[in-house]
Amino acid sequence: MKFLSLIAAVVSVPALLAVYVFAAERVIAGKRGTGKVSGARPWLWLAPSFILLIVFLAYPIVNTFLISLKDAKADGFVGLANYAHVFTDPGMLVVLRNNAAWLIFFTLGTLGFGLLMAVLSDRVKWEPVAKAAVFIPMAISFVAAGIIWRFMFEFRPAGEAQIGTVNAVLSAIVPAFEPKAWLFDTSSNNVALIAVGIWMWTGFAMVILSAGLKAIPVELIEAARIDGAGELQIFMRVILPLAAPTIAVVATTLMVNVLKIFDIVYVMTNGALGTEVIANRMYKELFNYRNFGRAGAIAVILLVAVAPVMVINIKRFKESRKANA
Amino acid sequence: MRDATRTFGARGKVRRLSGRVLLNLTLIAVCAIWLVPTVGLLVSSLRPKELIAVSGWWEALASPLRLTLENYVNVLSRANMGTSFLNSLMVAIPGTLIPMCIAAYAAYAFAWMEFKGKEWMYLVVIALIAVPIQMTLIPVLRLFNTLGITGSFMAVWLAHAAYGLPFSIYLLRNFIGQLPRSMLESAFIDGASHPVVFFRLVLPTSLPAIASLGIFQFMWVWNDLLVSLIFLGGTPDVAPMTVTIANMVNSYGGGWEYLTAAAFISMALPLVVFFALQKYFVRGVLAGSVKE
Repeated sequence: MKFLSLIAAVVSVPALLAVYVFAAERVIAGKRGTGKVSGARPWLWLAPSFILLIVFLAYPIVNTFLISLKDAKADGFVGLANYAHVFTDPGMLVVLRNNAAWLIFFTLGTLGFGLLMAVLSDRVKWEPVAKAAVFIPMAISFVAAGIIWRFMFEFRPAGEAQIGTVNAVLSAIVPAFEPKAWLFDTSSNNVALIAVGIWMWTGFAMVILSAGLKAIPVELIEAARIDGAGELQIFMRVILPLAAPTIAVVATTLMVNVLKIFDIVYVMTNGALGTEVIANRMYKELFNYRNFGRAGAIAVILLVAVAPVMVINIKRFKESRKANA
Repeated sequence: MRDATRTFGARGKVRRLSGRVLLNLTLIAVCAIWLVPTVGLLVSSLRPKELIAVSGWWEALASPLRLTLENYVNVLSRANMGTSFLNSLMVAIPGTLIPMCIAAYAAYAFAWMEFKGKEWMYLVVIALIAVPIQMTLIPVLRLFNTLGITGSFMAVWLAHAAYGLPFSIYLLRNFIGQLPRSMLESAFIDGASHPVVFFRLVLPTSLPAIASLGIFQFMWVWNDLLVSLIFLGGTPDVAPMTVTIANMVNSYGGGWEYLTAAAFISMALPLVVFFALQKYFVRGVLAGSVKE
């Protein structure tokens, strides 16, 4: 039964779309010369996309704004009460603090490691292997990564054999190291989660930065070298300024993604012990507390936080279009 | 002068050599940090239950080698992972194919047709790429509840189709828009209609872009937790692997013999896809630097 519906979906959607376009073309071509009808063609081609975009994105966005002004059941309007709650509730303030920490440290960490890998791997013969090693986490789910790192951070009391790699390695190399429950200790749990995020996304930053660095003309770097510049100087004075636009692209992408971070926290701590972030809080408001209004307000805050990046994306797109024209 | 260059050269050689060693060591260290977690998981998943809990996975590498597939057998038969694997396919295959099919027509229209409002409509599509799906969850969930399809595959297919559209349209339009104008124009002069040009000319030449997008979208849907969690729920007969594993974490707690094997089963397909089609996947990621 399941597979019949799978096959039905996989076969019927493309087939129906093809029939639809050819049928539309027959109607349009049959009335050629009227002009008015052939003007309908682009709209007929866009219609399937636009219907989905309106029903599942555009309308819900507007609707969520309205819901954010309503009560728990989304019936009566309550004004800005939900927003007032979001910015005064102690639990929510922790959430906002955590998202700020993710935004700063995840973005800087991922950019830093990505840049390091892009610059260093460019200078060795085994570049493809090194890059693949760092890129692999991009292919797996946050859920799998969550399991991997729960296992890495696994804690056993001092004296017992540590089965978590992090505690075992630190015990071996740091004298008098006390094994730590990384995910439960409130001084380290957010750092531990952010580290997992960095581990997952560095491959992304590396690939894009590496493409950007390879576009820098070799002559420029050679010229600086002949002028007696050291490697560090070349990096700071030549490579970094030229790679700045690429770094900006990576940074904005990382920031949009980190604001929406959900899976890592859901799997590793489920927001316990001061690790909750916006997306997890919204999920809880929605499914545990059944409070549509508050969940809506949290979603709106997320959208507002992402909005500057959307504007940057659009500006960048307009510029690149101008450059190509 | 000549002496100076010679000593400089010799010293430079030593310096360059030590620089190379340092460079390689740093890279190896970073790669090790990135590989060890995954390797540790794989090794652990192959160790007997009673050993996982009492000694580090690295001790499995010492002799005598005691590896077993028992954990995989258990997790596939008892913990519902077999069904979940099929459910993941049930979600991911249509969740990849449907948005691509729909987006291709829109991308073609944006690239090769003229109509009023084209510019700003395309800007809206680009803006939608970054919209957090959280912003849509409540209304869409209520819509699905009204239609009575919450918890069915139909619901996630529709959701993934819509959420995948803006990026799919963007990526395909970029590629289709760069096809040579002369190629399309000569086809039109020969009397070909738009659908014929689309199927005979545009689709075949766009295969590399379609492959990149397909892999990217497949990985995205296969690895998704949130959309399935909300629209499909955790009932065993529909839950995909990400949801099942997330539930296992809560119920089994530290049952590492289950969790390690389950996590690796969920990673197997993406890893195969990654190693087989790395080029296309990376290309998709490069094109997707505005994605979400």
